[in-house]
Amino acid sequence: MFLIGENLRGGYGGADILNDCTIGVDQGEIAVIVGPNGAGKSTAMKAMLGMLNLSGGKVSLNGKDITTMSPQARVAEGIAFVPQTNNVFVSMTVEENLEMGAFLREDDIVETRDMVFELFPILKEKRRQPAGELSGGQRQQVAVGRALMTRPTVLMLDEPTAGVSPIVMDELFDRILEVRAAGVAILMVEQNARQALNIADRGYVLVTGENRFTDTGEALLANPDVRRSFIGG
Amino acid sequence: MPETVDMLNALVLFTNFVLIPGVTYGSQLALGALGVTLIYAVLRFSNFAHGDVMAFGTMATILLTWWLQSMGVSLGPLPTALLALPFGIAATVLLCLLIDRFVYRYYRSQKSRPITFVMASLGVMFMVNGLVRFIIGTDDQRFFDGERFIIKAREFKKMTGLNEGLAIKTSQGLTVVIALILVAVVFWFLQRTRSGKAMRAYSDNEDLSLLSGIDPDKVVRTTWIIAAALTAIAGVLYGLDKSFKPFTYFQLLLPIFAAAIVGGIGQPVGAIVGGYIIAFSEMIVTYPYKKFVNYLVPDEWQATSLLQLLSTEYKFAVSFMILVIVLLVRPTGIFKGKVY
Repeated sequence: MFLIGENLRGGYGGADILNDCTIGVDQGEIAVIVGPNGAGKSTAMKAMLGMLNLSGGKVSLNGKDITTMSPQARVAEGIAFVPQTNNVFVSMTVEENLEMGAFLREDDIVETRDMVFELFPILKEKRRQPAGELSGGQRQQVAVGRALMTRPTVLMLDEPTAGVSPIVMDELFDRILEVRAAGVAILMVEQNARQALNIADRGYVLVTGENRFTDTGEALLANPDVRRSFIGG
Repeated sequence: MPETVDMLNALVLFTNFVLIPGVTYGSQLALGALGVTLIYAVLRFSNFAHGDVMAFGTMATILLTWWLQSMGVSLGPLPTALLALPFGIAATVLLCLLIDRFVYRYYRSQKSRPITFVMASLGVMFMVNGLVRFIIGTDDQRFFDGERFIIKAREFKKMTGLNEGLAIKTSQGLTVVIALILVAVVFWFLQRTRSGKAMRAYSDNEDLSLLSGIDPDKVVRTTWIIAAALTAIAGVLYGLDKSFKPFTYFQLLLPIFAAAIVGGIGQPVGAIVGGYIIAFSEMIVTYPYKKFVNYLVPDEWQATSLLQLLSTEYKFAVSFMILVIVLLVRPTGIFKGKVY
Protein backbone atom coordinates (compact mmCIF):
# COMPACT_ATOMS: atom_id res chain seq x y z
CA MET A 1 0.00 0.00 0.00
CA PHE A 2 1.04 3.61 -0.56
CA LEU A 3 0.97 4.64 3.11
CA ILE A 4 1.00 1.90 5.69
CA GLY A 5 1.53 1.68 9.42
CA GLU A 6 2.23 -1.92 10.38
CA ASN A 7 1.92 -3.50 13.81
CA LEU A 8 1.80 -0.09 15.47
CA ARG A 9 2.29 -0.11 19.21
CA GLY A 10 2.52 2.89 21.50
CA GLY A 11 0.76 5.59 23.52
CA TYR A 12 1.24 8.94 25.20
CA GLY A 13 3.57 7.74 27.94
CA GLY A 14 1.22 5.61 30.06
CA ALA A 15 -0.22 2.28 28.99
CA ASP A 16 -0.09 1.51 25.27
CA ILE A 17 -3.15 2.74 23.39
CA LEU A 18 -2.24 1.02 20.15
CA ASN A 19 -1.74 -2.72 20.44
CA ASP A 20 -0.37 -4.12 17.23
CA CYS A 21 -2.69 -2.36 14.83
CA THR A 22 -2.18 -2.05 11.11
CA ILE A 23 -3.62 0.76 8.98
CA GLY A 24 -2.99 1.53 5.34
CA VAL A 25 -4.31 3.37 2.33
CA ASP A 26 -3.58 3.40 -1.39
CA GLN A 27 -3.66 6.31 -3.82
CA GLY A 28 -7.09 7.13 -5.20
CA GLU A 29 -8.64 5.38 -2.23
CA ILE A 30 -10.50 6.37 0.92
CA ALA A 31 -9.69 4.44 4.07
CA VAL A 32 -11.83 5.03 7.14
CA ILE A 33 -11.02 4.18 10.73
CA VAL A 34 -14.11 3.63 12.89
CA GLY A 35 -14.66 2.17 16.31
CA PRO A 36 -16.01 2.97 19.77
CA ASN A 37 -14.76 5.85 21.91
CA GLY A 38 -11.28 5.28 23.22
CA ALA A 39 -10.48 2.64 20.62
CA GLY A 40 -7.38 4.57 19.56
CA LYS A 41 -8.71 5.81 16.22
CA SER A 42 -7.20 9.29 16.40
CA THR A 43 -4.13 7.89 18.10
CA ALA A 44 -3.58 5.51 15.18
CA MET A 45 -3.75 8.44 12.80
CA LYS A 46 -1.39 10.52 14.92
CA ALA A 47 1.03 7.60 14.90
CA MET A 48 1.00 7.67 11.10
CA LEU A 49 1.80 11.38 11.24
CA GLY A 50 4.59 10.96 13.77
CA MET A 51 2.95 12.76 16.67
CA LEU A 52 3.37 9.74 18.91
CA ASN A 53 6.33 7.79 20.22
CA LEU A 54 6.00 4.28 18.88
CA SER A 55 7.34 1.38 20.88
CA GLY A 56 6.84 -0.99 17.99
CA GLY A 57 5.87 -1.18 14.36
CA LYS A 58 6.84 0.81 11.32
CA VAL A 59 5.33 3.42 9.03
CA SER A 60 6.22 3.60 5.37
CA LEU A 61 5.24 5.95 2.59
CA ASN A 62 5.56 4.74 -0.99
CA GLY A 63 7.99 2.06 0.15
CA LYS A 64 10.16 4.51 2.12
CA ASP A 65 10.50 3.96 5.87
CA ILE A 66 9.36 7.18 7.61
CA THR A 67 8.98 5.77 11.13
CA THR A 68 11.52 8.12 12.71
CA MET A 69 10.59 11.27 10.79
CA SER A 70 9.13 14.31 12.56
CA PRO A 71 5.58 15.39 11.61
CA GLN A 72 7.03 18.40 9.77
CA ALA A 73 9.30 16.20 7.70
CA ARG A 74 6.35 13.96 6.83
CA VAL A 75 4.40 17.00 5.70
CA ALA A 76 7.28 17.82 3.39
CA GLU A 77 7.11 14.23 2.11
CA GLY A 78 3.54 14.80 0.98
CA ILE A 79 1.32 13.91 3.92
CA ALA A 80 -1.24 16.58 4.80
CA PHE A 81 -3.15 16.50 8.06
CA VAL A 82 -6.39 18.21 9.08
CA PRO A 83 -6.70 18.18 12.89
CA GLN A 84 -10.12 17.81 14.47
CA THR A 85 -10.06 21.14 16.30
CA ASN A 86 -8.10 24.38 15.95
CA ASN A 87 -7.54 23.53 12.32
CA VAL A 88 -7.59 27.05 10.87
CA PHE A 89 -5.71 30.29 11.58
CA VAL A 90 -8.67 32.20 13.01
CA SER A 91 -7.15 35.67 12.81
CA MET A 92 -6.06 35.28 9.20
CA THR A 93 -8.18 35.59 6.08
CA VAL A 94 -9.31 32.54 4.11
CA GLU A 95 -6.80 33.37 1.41
CA GLU A 96 -3.97 33.75 3.91
CA ASN A 97 -4.91 30.39 5.43
CA LEU A 98 -4.47 28.78 2.05
CA GLU A 99 -1.23 30.66 1.52
CA MET A 100 0.11 29.35 4.83
CA GLY A 101 -0.85 25.83 3.77
CA ALA A 102 1.47 26.24 0.81
CA PHE A 103 4.26 27.72 2.94
CA LEU A 104 6.80 25.06 1.99
CA ARG A 105 6.22 25.50 -1.72
CA GLU A 106 8.56 27.68 -3.74
CA ASP A 107 6.57 27.60 -6.99
CA ASP A 108 3.43 29.48 -8.02
CA ILE A 109 0.49 28.50 -5.85
CA VAL A 110 -2.24 30.30 -7.81
CA GLU A 111 -3.27 27.18 -9.71
CA THR A 112 -3.67 25.10 -6.55
CA ARG A 113 -5.53 27.94 -4.87
CA ASP A 114 -7.94 28.21 -7.78
CA MET A 115 -8.44 24.45 -7.62
CA VAL A 116 -9.36 24.75 -3.93
CA PHE A 117 -11.70 27.64 -4.74
CA GLU A 118 -13.31 25.46 -7.41
CA LEU A 119 -13.74 22.63 -4.94
CA PHE A 120 -15.14 24.95 -2.25
CA PRO A 121 -16.77 27.91 -4.04
CA ILE A 122 -17.86 29.51 -0.76
CA LEU A 123 -14.20 30.05 0.13
CA LYS A 124 -13.68 32.16 -2.96
CA GLU A 125 -16.59 34.32 -1.92
CA LYS A 126 -15.19 34.72 1.61
CA ARG A 127 -11.52 34.89 0.68
CA ARG A 128 -10.93 38.24 2.41
CA GLN A 129 -12.77 37.31 5.60
CA PRO A 130 -10.94 36.07 8.72
CA ALA A 131 -11.42 32.31 9.05
CA GLY A 132 -12.53 32.80 12.66
CA GLU A 133 -15.68 34.55 11.47
CA LEU A 134 -16.86 31.61 9.33
CA SER A 135 -19.41 28.95 10.29
CA GLY A 136 -18.29 25.51 11.45
CA GLY A 137 -18.84 23.88 8.06
CA GLN A 138 -17.05 26.67 6.23
CA ARG A 139 -14.13 26.44 8.63
CA GLN A 140 -13.83 22.72 7.89
CA GLN A 141 -13.65 23.62 4.21
CA VAL A 142 -10.87 26.11 4.94
CA ALA A 143 -9.07 23.43 6.94
CA VAL A 144 -9.29 20.87 4.15
CA GLY A 145 -8.38 23.53 1.59
CA ARG A 146 -5.32 24.54 3.60
CA ALA A 147 -4.18 20.92 3.72
CA LEU A 148 -4.65 20.52 -0.04
CA MET A 149 -2.40 23.51 -0.75
CA THR A 150 0.74 21.39 -0.37
CA ARG A 151 -0.55 19.19 -3.22
CA PRO A 152 -0.33 16.19 -0.89
CA THR A 153 -0.26 12.55 -1.95
CA VAL A 154 -1.89 11.56 1.33
CA LEU A 155 -4.65 13.53 3.08
CA MET A 156 -5.41 12.65 6.69
CA LEU A 157 -8.61 13.91 8.25
CA ASP A 158 -9.38 13.61 11.96
CA GLU A 159 -13.18 13.57 12.27
CA PRO A 160 -13.82 16.17 9.57
CA THR A 161 -17.58 16.13 10.18
CA ALA A 162 -17.49 16.56 13.97
CA GLY A 163 -19.96 19.25 14.95
CA VAL A 164 -21.33 20.05 11.50
CA SER A 165 -24.92 19.56 10.34
CA PRO A 166 -25.93 16.43 8.33
CA ILE A 167 -26.34 18.49 5.16
CA VAL A 168 -22.88 19.98 5.51
CA MET A 169 -21.53 16.52 6.29
CA ASP A 170 -22.94 15.08 3.03
CA GLU A 171 -21.47 17.95 1.11
CA LEU A 172 -18.08 17.56 2.75
CA PHE A 173 -18.05 13.84 1.90
CA ASP A 174 -18.90 14.72 -1.71
CA ARG A 175 -15.88 17.02 -1.81
CA ILE A 176 -13.68 14.34 -0.29
CA LEU A 177 -14.79 11.99 -3.08
CA GLU A 178 -13.68 14.62 -5.57
CA VAL A 179 -10.28 14.81 -3.90
CA ARG A 180 -10.02 11.03 -4.15
CA ALA A 181 -10.78 11.26 -7.86
CA ALA A 182 -7.63 13.37 -8.20
CA GLY A 183 -5.60 10.38 -7.05
CA VAL A 184 -4.96 11.41 -3.44
CA ALA A 185 -4.84 8.73 -0.76
CA ILE A 186 -7.33 9.68 1.95
CA LEU A 187 -7.24 8.39 5.50
CA MET A 188 -10.07 9.45 7.75
CA VAL A 189 -11.17 8.91 11.35
CA GLU A 190 -14.95 9.15 11.66
CA GLN A 191 -17.65 9.10 14.33
CA ASN A 192 -20.39 8.91 11.72
CA ALA A 193 -19.50 5.33 10.89
CA ARG A 194 -22.36 4.53 8.53
CA GLN A 195 -21.92 7.53 6.26
CA ALA A 196 -18.16 7.24 6.30
CA LEU A 197 -18.11 3.53 5.45
CA ASN A 198 -20.52 4.31 2.62
CA ILE A 199 -17.84 6.20 0.77
CA ALA A 200 -14.89 4.11 2.01
CA ASP A 201 -12.90 1.78 -0.20
CA ARG A 202 -11.30 0.33 2.87
CA GLY A 203 -12.54 0.28 6.44
CA TYR A 204 -10.82 -0.45 9.71
CA VAL A 205 -12.78 -1.20 12.85
CA LEU A 206 -10.51 -0.64 15.84
CA VAL A 207 -11.25 -1.83 19.36
CA THR A 208 -8.82 -1.20 22.23
CA GLY A 209 -6.07 -0.39 19.79
CA GLU A 210 -6.39 -3.61 17.80
CA ASN A 211 -7.80 -4.37 14.36
CA ARG A 212 -11.18 -6.03 14.96
CA PHE A 213 -12.50 -6.00 11.38
CA THR A 214 -10.77 -4.98 8.18
CA ASP A 215 -12.57 -5.05 4.86
CA THR A 216 -14.05 -2.88 2.12
CA GLY A 217 -16.51 -0.26 3.36
CA GLU A 218 -19.35 -2.06 1.65
CA ALA A 219 -18.53 -5.44 3.20
CA LEU A 220 -18.23 -3.93 6.67
CA LEU A 221 -21.61 -2.28 6.31
CA ALA A 222 -23.07 -5.64 5.27
CA ASN A 223 -21.38 -7.54 8.10
CA PRO A 224 -24.02 -8.21 10.80
CA ASP A 225 -21.42 -8.25 13.62
CA VAL A 226 -20.10 -4.86 12.64
CA ARG A 227 -23.62 -3.51 12.21
CA ARG A 228 -24.78 -4.72 15.59
CA SER A 229 -21.78 -3.58 17.59
CA PHE A 230 -20.54 -0.46 15.90
CA ILE A 231 -23.14 1.04 13.64
CA GLY A 232 -26.35 0.42 15.50
CA GLY A 233 -28.77 -1.81 13.64
CA MET B 1 -17.45 84.71 26.25
CA PRO B 2 -13.68 85.02 26.30
CA GLU B 3 -12.09 86.94 23.45
CA THR B 4 -10.83 85.07 20.41
CA VAL B 5 -7.26 85.98 21.22
CA ASP B 6 -7.57 84.45 24.67
CA MET B 7 -9.05 81.28 23.24
CA LEU B 8 -6.17 81.07 20.79
CA ASN B 9 -3.71 81.62 23.62
CA ALA B 10 -5.32 78.84 25.63
CA LEU B 11 -5.22 76.55 22.62
CA VAL B 12 -1.55 77.26 21.94
CA LEU B 13 -0.74 76.76 25.61
CA PHE B 14 -2.49 73.40 25.62
CA THR B 15 -0.86 72.33 22.38
CA ASN B 16 2.56 73.32 23.62
CA PHE B 17 2.39 71.66 27.01
CA VAL B 18 0.03 68.72 26.50
CA LEU B 19 -0.62 67.89 22.87
CA ILE B 20 2.91 67.95 21.45
CA PRO B 21 4.64 66.31 24.43
CA GLY B 22 1.80 63.78 24.57
CA VAL B 23 2.12 62.78 20.94
CA THR B 24 5.89 62.49 21.37
CA TYR B 25 5.77 60.45 24.55
CA GLY B 26 2.91 58.38 23.12
CA SER B 27 4.97 57.53 20.04
CA GLN B 28 7.87 56.43 22.22
CA LEU B 29 5.59 54.26 24.35
CA ALA B 30 3.90 52.87 21.24
CA LEU B 31 7.23 51.68 19.82
CA GLY B 32 8.12 50.07 23.14
CA ALA B 33 4.69 48.47 23.50
CA LEU B 34 4.81 47.19 19.93
CA GLY B 35 7.97 45.26 20.82
CA VAL B 36 6.41 43.89 24.02
CA THR B 37 3.28 42.85 22.18
CA LEU B 38 5.14 41.11 19.35
CA ILE B 39 7.19 39.11 21.82
CA TYR B 40 4.03 38.23 23.72
CA ALA B 41 2.21 37.18 20.55
CA VAL B 42 4.97 34.94 19.25
CA LEU B 43 6.93 33.78 22.29
CA ARG B 44 3.91 33.86 24.60
CA PHE B 45 5.37 35.63 27.58
CA SER B 46 5.62 39.13 29.03
CA ASN B 47 9.20 40.23 28.59
CA PHE B 48 10.07 42.14 31.76
CA ALA B 49 13.56 42.81 30.46
CA HIS B 50 12.17 45.13 27.80
CA GLY B 51 12.91 48.39 29.62
CA ASP B 52 16.48 47.42 30.34
CA VAL B 53 17.07 46.15 26.82
CA MET B 54 15.86 49.60 25.79
CA ALA B 55 18.51 51.10 28.06
CA PHE B 56 21.14 48.79 26.57
CA GLY B 57 20.34 49.86 23.02
CA THR B 58 20.39 53.51 24.01
CA MET B 59 23.68 53.07 25.84
CA ALA B 60 25.29 51.44 22.80
CA THR B 61 24.08 54.32 20.66
CA ILE B 62 25.33 56.93 23.15
CA LEU B 63 28.80 55.39 23.34
CA LEU B 64 29.18 55.51 19.56
CA THR B 65 27.66 59.00 19.44
CA TRP B 66 30.31 60.24 21.86
CA TRP B 67 33.03 58.65 19.82
CA LEU B 68 31.64 60.18 16.61
CA GLN B 69 31.41 63.59 18.32
CA SER B 70 35.01 63.30 19.48
CA MET B 71 36.01 62.54 15.90
CA GLY B 72 34.25 65.72 14.82
CA VAL B 73 31.56 63.90 12.87
CA SER B 74 28.13 65.54 12.89
CA LEU B 75 24.88 65.51 10.99
CA GLY B 76 24.53 69.30 10.95
CA PRO B 77 21.09 70.25 12.28
CA LEU B 78 20.21 66.64 13.13
CA PRO B 79 21.55 64.83 16.21
CA THR B 80 24.68 62.74 15.65
CA ALA B 81 22.94 59.93 17.51
CA LEU B 82 20.98 59.14 14.35
CA LEU B 83 24.26 58.14 12.73
CA ALA B 84 25.08 55.88 15.67
CA LEU B 85 21.59 54.42 15.86
CA PRO B 86 22.11 51.57 13.35
CA PHE B 87 25.01 50.40 15.49
CA GLY B 88 22.82 50.60 18.61
CA ILE B 89 20.16 48.55 16.85
CA ALA B 90 22.69 45.94 15.76
CA ALA B 91 24.05 45.67 19.31
CA THR B 92 20.54 45.28 20.74
CA VAL B 93 19.58 42.64 18.16
CA LEU B 94 22.74 40.75 18.99
CA LEU B 95 22.02 40.96 22.73
CA CYS B 96 18.46 39.70 22.27
CA LEU B 97 19.50 36.82 20.05
CA LEU B 98 22.23 35.80 22.50
CA ILE B 99 19.80 35.93 25.42
CA ASP B 100 17.30 33.87 23.45
CA ARG B 101 19.97 31.34 22.56
CA PHE B 102 21.22 30.93 26.12
CA VAL B 103 18.07 31.50 28.19
CA TYR B 104 14.71 31.26 26.45
CA ARG B 105 15.55 28.53 23.95
CA TYR B 106 16.09 26.10 26.79
CA TYR B 107 12.65 26.84 28.26
CA ARG B 108 11.05 26.53 24.81
CA SER B 109 12.59 23.08 24.38
CA GLN B 110 11.22 22.18 27.82
CA LYS B 111 7.80 23.53 26.80
CA SER B 112 7.79 25.57 30.01
CA ARG B 113 4.75 27.47 31.14
CA PRO B 114 4.55 31.22 30.40
CA ILE B 115 5.15 32.13 34.04
CA THR B 116 8.54 30.37 33.90
CA PHE B 117 9.48 32.53 30.93
CA VAL B 118 8.36 35.64 32.79
CA MET B 119 10.55 34.74 35.77
CA ALA B 120 13.47 34.05 33.44
CA SER B 121 12.93 37.44 31.82
CA LEU B 122 13.02 39.00 35.28
CA GLY B 123 16.47 37.47 35.71
CA VAL B 124 17.51 38.77 32.32
CA MET B 125 16.20 42.18 33.36
CA PHE B 126 18.50 42.31 36.41
CA MET B 127 21.42 41.08 34.35
CA VAL B 128 21.03 43.63 31.54
CA ASN B 129 20.28 46.31 34.10
CA GLY B 130 23.58 45.55 35.86
CA LEU B 131 25.46 45.41 32.59
CA VAL B 132 24.24 48.85 31.52
CA ARG B 133 25.02 50.47 34.87
CA PHE B 134 28.42 48.81 34.89
CA ILE B 135 29.31 50.18 31.48
CA ILE B 136 27.84 53.69 31.46
CA GLY B 137 27.06 54.32 35.13
CA THR B 138 23.84 55.32 36.83
CA ASP B 139 23.94 59.04 36.08
CA ASP B 140 21.90 61.13 33.73
CA GLN B 141 23.49 61.36 30.28
CA ARG B 142 22.66 63.90 27.62
CA PHE B 143 23.75 63.18 24.09
CA PHE B 144 21.63 65.51 22.03
CA ASP B 145 23.38 67.85 19.61
CA GLY B 146 22.47 69.75 16.45
CA GLU B 147 19.61 72.21 16.09
CA ARG B 148 17.48 72.16 19.24
CA PHE B 149 14.18 73.48 17.85
CA ILE B 150 12.14 73.22 14.69
CA ILE B 151 9.93 76.09 15.86
CA LYS B 152 11.12 78.33 18.70
CA ALA B 153 8.60 79.77 21.17
CA ARG B 154 9.89 83.32 20.75
CA GLU B 155 9.70 83.19 16.96
CA PHE B 156 6.20 81.78 17.17
CA LYS B 157 5.14 84.65 19.42
CA LYS B 158 6.66 87.19 17.08
CA MET B 159 5.03 85.54 14.08
CA THR B 160 1.54 85.36 15.55
CA GLY B 161 1.55 88.16 18.07
CA LEU B 162 0.09 85.85 20.73
CA ASN B 163 1.15 85.85 24.38
CA GLU B 164 1.83 82.15 24.39
CA GLY B 165 4.62 80.54 22.43
CA LEU B 166 4.61 77.23 20.65
CA ALA B 167 7.85 75.30 20.49
CA ILE B 168 8.53 72.09 18.65
CA LYS B 169 11.79 70.42 19.52
CA THR B 170 13.81 68.60 16.87
CA SER B 171 13.63 65.48 19.04
CA GLN B 172 9.85 65.70 19.08
CA GLY B 173 9.60 66.06 15.33
CA LEU B 174 12.06 63.20 14.84
CA THR B 175 10.17 60.96 17.24
CA VAL B 176 6.84 61.40 15.51
CA VAL B 177 8.22 61.04 11.98
CA ILE B 178 10.36 57.99 12.81
CA ALA B 179 7.54 56.33 14.77
CA LEU B 180 5.13 56.81 11.88
CA ILE B 181 7.55 55.29 9.40
CA LEU B 182 8.40 52.36 11.69
CA VAL B 183 4.78 51.54 12.46
CA ALA B 184 3.94 51.60 8.75
CA VAL B 185 6.90 49.32 7.97
CA VAL B 186 6.04 46.87 10.75
CA PHE B 187 2.41 46.63 9.66
CA TRP B 188 3.39 46.22 6.04
CA PHE B 189 5.79 43.48 7.08
CA LEU B 190 3.16 41.63 9.14
CA GLN B 191 0.41 41.92 6.53
CA ARG B 192 2.25 41.55 3.26
CA THR B 193 5.47 39.59 3.57
CA ARG B 194 5.95 35.85 3.82
CA SER B 195 7.93 36.09 7.06
CA GLY B 196 5.37 38.46 8.56
CA LYS B 197 2.49 36.16 7.72
CA ALA B 198 4.45 33.23 9.15
CA MET B 199 4.80 35.22 12.38
CA ARG B 200 1.08 35.85 12.51
CA ALA B 201 0.29 32.22 11.72
CA TYR B 202 2.68 30.98 14.41
CA SER B 203 1.15 33.38 16.91
CA ASP B 204 -2.40 32.37 15.93
CA ASN B 205 -1.98 28.58 16.02
CA GLU B 206 1.42 27.11 16.78
CA ASP B 207 0.58 23.46 16.03
CA LEU B 208 -1.06 24.22 12.72
CA SER B 209 1.82 26.47 11.68
CA LEU B 210 4.23 23.60 12.33
CA LEU B 211 2.01 21.32 10.24
CA SER B 212 2.16 23.92 7.48
CA GLY B 213 5.94 23.74 7.49
CA ILE B 214 6.66 27.09 9.16
CA ASP B 215 10.07 27.06 10.81
CA PRO B 216 9.57 28.06 14.46
CA ASP B 217 13.22 29.02 14.99
CA LYS B 218 13.07 31.45 12.11
CA VAL B 219 9.85 33.00 13.40
CA VAL B 220 11.34 33.43 16.86
CA ARG B 221 14.50 34.98 15.43
CA THR B 222 12.56 37.41 13.24
CA THR B 223 10.48 38.45 16.23
CA TRP B 224 13.53 39.19 18.37
CA ILE B 225 15.14 41.19 15.59
CA ILE B 226 12.07 43.36 15.09
CA ALA B 227 11.39 43.80 18.80
CA ALA B 228 15.04 44.63 19.51
CA ALA B 229 15.17 47.19 16.72
CA LEU B 230 11.95 48.86 17.87
CA THR B 231 13.17 48.91 21.45
CA ALA B 232 16.54 50.43 20.62
CA ILE B 233 14.93 53.13 18.48
CA ALA B 234 12.29 53.91 21.11
CA GLY B 235 15.03 54.19 23.74
CA VAL B 236 17.20 56.52 21.67
CA LEU B 237 14.24 58.75 20.79
CA TYR B 238 13.24 58.97 24.44
CA GLY B 239 16.82 59.75 25.41
CA LEU B 240 17.14 62.47 22.77
CA ASP B 241 13.85 63.98 23.89
CA LYS B 242 14.56 63.89 27.62
CA SER B 243 17.77 62.30 28.82
CA PHE B 244 19.23 58.88 29.36
CA LYS B 245 19.27 57.37 32.83
CA PRO B 246 19.21 53.60 33.36
CA PHE B 247 16.70 53.84 36.22
CA THR B 248 14.24 55.92 34.17
CA TYR B 249 14.33 53.30 31.43
CA PHE B 250 13.65 50.56 33.93
CA GLN B 251 10.65 52.57 35.11
CA LEU B 252 9.37 52.93 31.54
CA LEU B 253 8.48 49.25 31.74
CA LEU B 254 5.27 50.14 33.58
CA PRO B 255 3.73 52.58 31.08
CA ILE B 256 4.90 50.35 28.22
CA PHE B 257 3.16 47.31 29.66
CA ALA B 258 0.11 49.37 30.55
CA ALA B 259 -0.02 50.52 26.91
CA ALA B 260 0.29 46.97 25.55
CA ILE B 261 -2.39 45.66 27.92
CA VAL B 262 -4.83 48.54 27.43
CA GLY B 263 -4.63 48.01 23.68
CA GLY B 264 -4.99 44.25 23.99
CA ILE B 265 -1.75 42.36 24.45
CA GLY B 266 -0.57 40.51 21.37
CA GLN B 267 -2.36 42.98 19.09
CA PRO B 268 0.02 45.35 17.26
CA VAL B 269 -2.69 47.96 16.60
CA GLY B 270 -3.57 47.86 20.28
CA ALA B 271 0.00 48.65 21.28
CA ILE B 272 -0.03 51.84 19.22
CA VAL B 273 -3.41 53.01 20.49
CA GLY B 274 -2.47 52.02 24.04
CA GLY B 275 0.75 54.02 23.84
CA TYR B 276 -1.12 57.23 23.08
CA ILE B 277 -3.86 56.52 25.64
CA ILE B 278 -1.31 56.10 28.42
CA ALA B 279 0.76 59.10 27.33
CA PHE B 280 -2.21 61.45 27.13
CA SER B 281 -3.70 60.19 30.39
CA GLU B 282 -0.43 60.99 32.14
CA MET B 283 -0.20 64.41 30.50
CA ILE B 284 -3.80 65.41 31.09
CA VAL B 285 -3.86 64.35 34.71
CA THR B 286 -0.53 65.94 35.67
CA TYR B 287 -0.83 69.21 33.74
CA PRO B 288 -1.52 72.34 35.84
CA TYR B 289 -4.50 74.02 34.19
CA LYS B 290 -4.30 77.38 36.01
CA LYS B 291 -3.04 79.47 33.11
CA PHE B 292 -5.16 77.61 30.59
CA VAL B 293 -8.35 78.19 32.57
CA ASN B 294 -7.52 81.81 33.31
CA TYR B 295 -7.48 82.58 29.61
CA LEU B 296 -11.00 81.27 29.28
CA VAL B 297 -12.89 82.43 32.39
CA PRO B 298 -13.93 85.98 33.33
CA ASP B 299 -11.65 88.03 35.61
CA GLU B 300 -13.66 87.41 38.77
CA TRP B 301 -13.28 83.62 38.34
CA GLN B 302 -9.51 83.66 37.98
CA ALA B 303 -7.93 80.60 39.59
CA THR B 304 -5.22 81.09 42.15
CA SER B 305 -4.25 77.45 42.70
CA LEU B 306 -2.39 75.33 40.16
CA LEU B 307 -5.48 73.32 39.14
CA GLN B 308 -3.31 70.25 38.84
CA LEU B 309 -5.05 66.92 39.45
CA LEU B 310 -1.90 65.02 40.30
CA SER B 311 1.65 66.15 40.81
CA THR B 312 4.08 64.89 38.14
CA GLU B 313 5.93 62.74 40.69
CA TYR B 314 2.85 60.53 40.70
CA LYS B 315 2.62 60.08 36.96
CA PHE B 316 3.33 56.36 37.27
CA ALA B 317 0.21 56.05 39.39
CA VAL B 318 -1.75 56.95 36.27
CA SER B 319 -0.38 53.96 34.35
CA PHE B 320 -1.02 51.80 37.37
CA MET B 321 -4.61 52.97 37.74
CA ILE B 322 -5.34 52.40 34.07
CA LEU B 323 -3.72 48.98 34.23
CA VAL B 324 -5.81 47.96 37.25
CA ILE B 325 -9.05 49.28 35.78
CA VAL B 326 -8.49 47.57 32.43
CA LEU B 327 -7.58 44.28 34.06
CA LEU B 328 -10.72 44.46 36.20
CA VAL B 329 -13.18 45.66 33.59
CA ARG B 330 -11.87 44.40 30.26
CA PRO B 331 -8.84 42.14 30.75
CA THR B 332 -8.44 41.50 27.03
CA GLY B 333 -7.97 45.22 26.31
CA ILE B 334 -9.49 47.34 23.58
CA PHE B 335 -8.56 45.10 20.66
CA LYS B 336 -9.24 41.75 22.36
CA GLY B 337 -5.76 40.46 23.00
CA LYS B 338 -4.96 36.84 23.68
CA VAL B 339 -4.23 35.76 27.22
CA TYR B 340 -2.20 32.62 27.80
